[in-house]
Amino acid sequence: MEKLLATDRHIHGLYPHVDIWGFPISAYLFLGGLAAGILIFAAIYYLLGKEKEMPFTVKIGPLFALPIIMLGLFLLIFDLHHKLFVWQLFMTARAESPMSWGAWTLVIVSIFSVLWPLSFVDSIDEYLIKRGWSKMTRVTEAIIKFEHKWIIPHFIIMFFRKYRKFFAIVLLIYSIILGIYTGILLSAFNAHPLWNNPILGPLFLTSGVSTGSAFVMWLSDNHKERLLMSAIDMSLIAIELFFIVHMFMGMEAGAEAYKHAADLFLGGEFTAIFWGVFVGLGLILPFTLEALELRGFHIPTALPALLILAGGLLFRILMVSAGQISEYPMMP
Amino acid sequence: MRYGMVIDTNKCVGCADCVVACQTENNVPIGYSRDWIMEFVEGDFPKLSLHFETQRCNHCDDTPCVRTCPTGASHVAEGGIVKVTHNECIGCGACIEACPYDARYFHPDGYVDKCTFCDHRLEDGLDPACVSVCPTECMHFGDLDDPGSDVSKLLKERDNYTIIPEAGTKPQIFYLK
Repeated sequence: MEKLLATDRHIHGLYPHVDIWGFPISAYLFLGGLAAGILIFAAIYYLLGKEKEMPFTVKIGPLFALPIIMLGLFLLIFDLHHKLFVWQLFMTARAESPMSWGAWTLVIVSIFSVLWPLSFVDSIDEYLIKRGWSKMTRVTEAIIKFEHKWIIPHFIIMFFRKYRKFFAIVLLIYSIILGIYTGILLSAFNAHPLWNNPILGPLFLTSGVSTGSAFVMWLSDNHKERLLMSAIDMSLIAIELFFIVHMFMGMEAGAEAYKHAADLFLGGEFTAIFWGVFVGLGLILPFTLEALELRGFHIPTALPALLILAGGLLFRILMVSAGQISEYPMMP
Repeated sequence: MRYGMVIDTNKCVGCADCVVACQTENNVPIGYSRDWIMEFVEGDFPKLSLHFETQRCNHCDDTPCVRTCPTGASHVAEGGIVKVTHNECIGCGACIEACPYDARYFHPDGYVDKCTFCDHRLEDGLDPACVSVCPTECMHFGDLDDPGSDVSKLLKERDNYTIIPEAGTKPQIFYLK
């Protein structure tokens, strides 16, 4: 059977298949997952009482969370078609809409990613002095001075410090929600069978946490911290691979529309780039490099870390674009 | 009250009068359309059969577009009509992704636009523009909850189907076989 659109309807991004979400959305999902990963590690290692052994993970890494989230939000707003009405997003909270509760989660996580580093400002100052970055200590010292001078910011920071354990638990929960949300945002769309599978939430969370560990691995100057993150990242990659195989198995066992969706990656147009570039160069190669590093081979840590980060971004680009191609067949 | 449409595919000739009527009635920007004609060709030459469907928003009973809207701009109005409040829409595209029928699009002004069942005409007791211009009278509009309405009677008498029922959206536009 041949299906044709008989009337002129060349609306941009609608035919031959929906194609309205491009790079900004993929990048936003990547940055959201990355920020979630960084904050999850900070909260976990703080709760484990490892803030001294893992200074970068607990104190320095979270400094990057806010700029990462802000860049993601900028891309998201840039992608809106009715930009001036963006405030409408915060006039209501709709539990049914992942985009709505995701936006609120992002607000909560942003507040935490300001308060968390502020509560560690003394240690960050010490860290910077130790490394001789005297120009940057001006900022931290100005913040410390400001905090001592004004009663309200001082009170807020002292309150946060006093109940940091409680706030770490809240941060951990909300970061996990943020990580899962980047996947659920897509899986909520029943019209696109590739996205519409429940494994996407955990898969995106795992991938996001993996990019978070890669980020710490890349920028930390503490050898032990880097090795630990390498080891954690290896298990995350293994889980991610398991989820990916599981996802395609589930689809292949599903209805026709789901089989077609999986076929995009199993013989279809995305096969080479998904398995060759993403799985090969973005998961298996860094896994091997990390394994070699743990065995004592000298490998620059930046290499596996950057491969993981690039792979994470590519994975989201592929899922977003392939998802929009996958749809239900229409037959009279 | 539950508005619905019944379309006799045996009568439809694919003239696209409904498409033009809608564009004119609703000031749809040039190049855009809220309804459209799908053509299905079946069989091998010389045994070919041609099948037309005039398609638009199905004003579903179970609306994925309304569910995924983050601001509540997409909503179900009286009579089950699915509408978009323009100045609440942020143009994120979630509803466009959620619709299995591709019935929604970004208006050049930024907000999402779609079929409204011509609710401004319904207020005056008229049929939607597409229904009232159809030269073969293949389209019927009415209240599906009223067993005496044209649409209810046709659905009772004739075999019918909806588009992509497996998406679980419970479309309110029915096609007669």
